[in-house]
Amino acid sequence: MIEQDWVWGFVGGLMIGGAGALYLLVNGRIMGASGILGGLVDGSGRDTRAERLAFLAGLVLFPPLLVPLYDKVDTRLTGNIWLLVAAGLLVGLGTRIANGCTSGHGVCGISRLAPRGIVATLAYILAGGVVMLAFRHWLGVI
Amino acid sequence: MTRSFFAALAGALFGSGLLVSGMIDTVKVQGWLDVFGDWDPTLAFVMGGAIIPMFIAWRVAARRKLAVLGTPIPAQVEQRLDGRLIWGSVLFGAGWGLVGLCPGPALAAAFLNGWGGVVFLLAMVAAMVATPALLRIIRPEGDTAWTSAR
Repeated sequence: MIEQDWVWGFVGGLMIGGAGALYLLVNGRIMGASGILGGLVDGSGRDTRAERLAFLAGLVLFPPLLVPLYDKVDTRLTGNIWLLVAAGLLVGLGTRIANGCTSGHGVCGISRLAPRGIVATLAYILAGGVVMLAFRHWLGVI
Repeated sequence: MTRSFFAALAGALFGSGLLVSGMIDTVKVQGWLDVFGDWDPTLAFVMGGAIIPMFIAWRVAARRKLAVLGTPIPAQVEQRLDGRLIWGSVLFGAGWGLVGLCPGPALAAAFLNGWGGVVFLLAMVAAMVATPALLRIIRPEGDTAWTSAR
């Protein structure tokens, strides 16, 4: 009674972890999406610019090539511009203050058994859950 | 060149994993956070799957000083559970819940999300650019490690 989505989730997860393992063991870097992008745009990662750009190019340009393999790919993103702006600002600010997001603190941190990764992951999941409760179940706006 | 090649390969594999796992679908991500609604545990399977190769990679890395291309394996930072880590993560999690996007999937689906994804990315990048200056205003003395929750 295992759902198809869970199996694909696990397979995709193995690919995500494989990418992180490759980036760590070959390039010697931690695969954190917010850190790679953030260091590029705020200038703190000037010395590793080419590597960051190359990673981001692969991340942005390759997935669309896989779309024809599927009947339909729908990201079901909200069309509410205020929510999108608010969420973008919160995600950008929060990940740079905390120094990591779901990939850096979540995937790379937890697998290293790093207390910071584990605590950050608990904090952002809890905050996301509270937001769902407040904005979906109380206010009904998302 | 070699470094950039493997970086691009890692980025492509990461993005493919996000697509295959369904994590570019914002409704599935919000479903994981919606414990009191139609809860969707897929994200836990993705995390579990991702942690396995990474766990092995850290074990391998622990026995080497250098990565294949000669860069030192990143040392573990001091594990201080400060306010910065927690409040930053709370802000991030709030934004994540609002629309179901975190930085990786927002980038992997940059061409699949339509104009809404572009709006999100612009706001995210603007905040990333502004964060160092904001932190200097909040903590002008340069103590970036907020001590409240240590």
